[in-house]
Amino acid sequence: MAGAPLLDIRGVETYYGNIKALNGVNVSVNEGEVVALIGANGAGKSTLMMTIFGAPRARRGTITFAGTDITMLPTHEIARLRIAQSPEGRRIFPRMTVMENLQMGANLDNLKYYDEDVEKVFALFPRLKERIGQRGGTLSGGEQQMLSIGRALMARPKLLLLDEPSLGLAPLIVKQIFDAIKELNRSQGLTVFLVEQNAFGALKLATRGYVMVNGNVTMSGTGKELLANPEVRAAYLEGGHH
Amino acid sequence: MAVTVSASRPAANPLARAVREALFAGVISFGMFVLLIGLKTDQNIRNELVLEPRWGLLAAVVALTMLGRFLYVGFIAPAMARAKAERAKAPVVVSEPGFIRRNSNKIGIVVLFLFPIVSVMAFGLQGSLKWVDNFGIQILIYVMLAWGLNIVVGLAGLLDLGYVAFYAVGAYSYALLASHYGLSFWILLPCAGIMAAMWGVILGFPVLRLRGDYLAIVTLAFGEIIRLVLINWREVTNGSAGISGIPKVSFFGLMSFNVSDPNYIAKVLGLATSGVYYKIFLYYLILLLCLLTAFVTIRLRRLPVGRAWEALREDEIACRSLGINTTTTKLTAFATGAMFGGFAGSFFAARQGFVSPESFVFLESAIVLAIVVLGGMGSLGGIAVAAAVMIGGTEILRELQFLKAVFGPDFTPELYRMLLFGMAMVIVMIWKPRGFVGSREPTAFLKERKAVSTSFTKEGHG
Repeated sequence: MAGAPLLDIRGVETYYGNIKALNGVNVSVNEGEVVALIGANGAGKSTLMMTIFGAPRARRGTITFAGTDITMLPTHEIARLRIAQSPEGRRIFPRMTVMENLQMGANLDNLKYYDEDVEKVFALFPRLKERIGQRGGTLSGGEQQMLSIGRALMARPKLLLLDEPSLGLAPLIVKQIFDAIKELNRSQGLTVFLVEQNAFGALKLATRGYVMVNGNVTMSGTGKELLANPEVRAAYLEGGHH
Repeated sequence: MAVTVSASRPAANPLARAVREALFAGVISFGMFVLLIGLKTDQNIRNELVLEPRWGLLAAVVALTMLGRFLYVGFIAPAMARAKAERAKAPVVVSEPGFIRRNSNKIGIVVLFLFPIVSVMAFGLQGSLKWVDNFGIQILIYVMLAWGLNIVVGLAGLLDLGYVAFYAVGAYSYALLASHYGLSFWILLPCAGIMAAMWGVILGFPVLRLRGDYLAIVTLAFGEIIRLVLINWREVTNGSAGISGIPKVSFFGLMSFNVSDPNYIAKVLGLATSGVYYKIFLYYLILLLCLLTAFVTIRLRRLPVGRAWEALREDEIACRSLGINTTTTKLTAFATGAMFGGFAGSFFAARQGFVSPESFVFLESAIVLAIVVLGGMGSLGGIAVAAAVMIGGTEILRELQFLKAVFGPDFTPELYRMLLFGMAMVIVMIWKPRGFVGSREPTAFLKERKAVSTSFTKEGHG
């Protein structure tokens, strides 16, 4: 791995009021990797995701993206550096149509690549094409997740952050979405940072993985290593009896 | 009292049910009205409080309630259920929208342009004054205000209860600058708009972090602050006495509407002297201002800033993570909405020739907001219809003088306008919870234009 990582999180501490949610987290994502962050409910995974986008802000530590310190940048400027996010809960625009949702993603380039990129998204998620004129709020959960990822891709990101893309979806849809992520990474070399509770699916997909417990990163390694690790297996893959 | 009439128990005799529900309704209305209507407090000649019973009136109200409930449960509701069942049985025919539906906007605009001409032809010069002024101009002012507020509330989703403040800023800008410096309306119209937009930004800054109820409270307070400043800053605004003698609008300086001027329109055109010309001119002026508002709104919705407003209404966090600067987005929404409020305000001042803080009370904000909500947030056509119904309806109340014959000479129908306004709102919100026009036009298409089917836009959301 030559050069500095694309995203480098160093010693980040984030608080909600006086409650410490992240306790000096170190995570790095290299260009072209799929990195998975797994952990239980309330471990701080989503907080880390949000901290990358500056809301809430890290109280200590630094976050660097492509050589730029983004720790204190406003959220929309971080997005303009081409970090795109499919946030927790998908957060599509419910009263706007599928096309309008995708269009919102393409605003950074002032719709320059809009037509081209829309076709790419539809090639990735053909289901969305059937729903073009439908309002986002009337889509199924899986379609909303596809739309959320599609909208993030419309921004032509260098780094895609996915917060629990499998949440509340049927296994078949989860597989479709994970396949799509794999495809994006393989064919376009898109760097993906993925937060998941579905540890098995995420680690199988990932180049590398981190395990988070109570605001600390306790383990890291390649996806295969973590899948084989007895502790990880016990805690996250086999029903949580430790 | 069960408001819904369930069709799941058809076995029960509807008439027996109707009688039972009517009795219930009678008991409830008796309970509600026994103190409100049955007893009236009064003072006698020695300043003592006396109770004056009105049992007859109470009985009449209760009987009316019972009769209404009886008719509804026994006859109207079954008929409606039957009609609904028949409609459900009939095959769904997606009919091509007719000529009127397809061209409703164009037809509406043509009708509006012809309105003064038709009313002059129908009622004569003086007779048309009432129609053009009380109905035409009055309604169009509210249409413009509601369309302006629609940008803030309907598109950007920022609940603004103090919109009348910008109306006031526009009105006072014109009133003060025109009467002190003698500047023309055509210079001051954009000035008033800019001034109001500036105040929109000033309001926007402190409320950037607020949403929903909290935003509503602050904007409400802002509206009151502006009104109180207008009342108390006597040196400038002349306090509650207001400013009178505000100059009239001229026809671009070419023709004037002051009888004493040498270029008075009737002299120039060789017509009979009449106040109607000015009203007709004002009518077309406000109509054009309205059309400008509509045009700008429609265009903005297709531009990045307009799309950002709508996205902001839907989800602020998602907006930020898509690289939208929510600060400037909110401020532009406030400023644009306020600008149109300012235009409407300066027009109002020019039309009345007099402004005072009394015209800018909270009730005005509430009425404008009610029009936006009733019409369907974001829908220009629906809002225009709502303004026509609400403002036109209250004007019509003034015309109903024959009611005096029914209720006695003291009866003033326009006093009941707020009651009717409220009733209309309740009824519309029950039948059409998203307003007259609940659908919204999509602005993004894949090559071909494809409207969002209304079946996806019907459910009440947000």
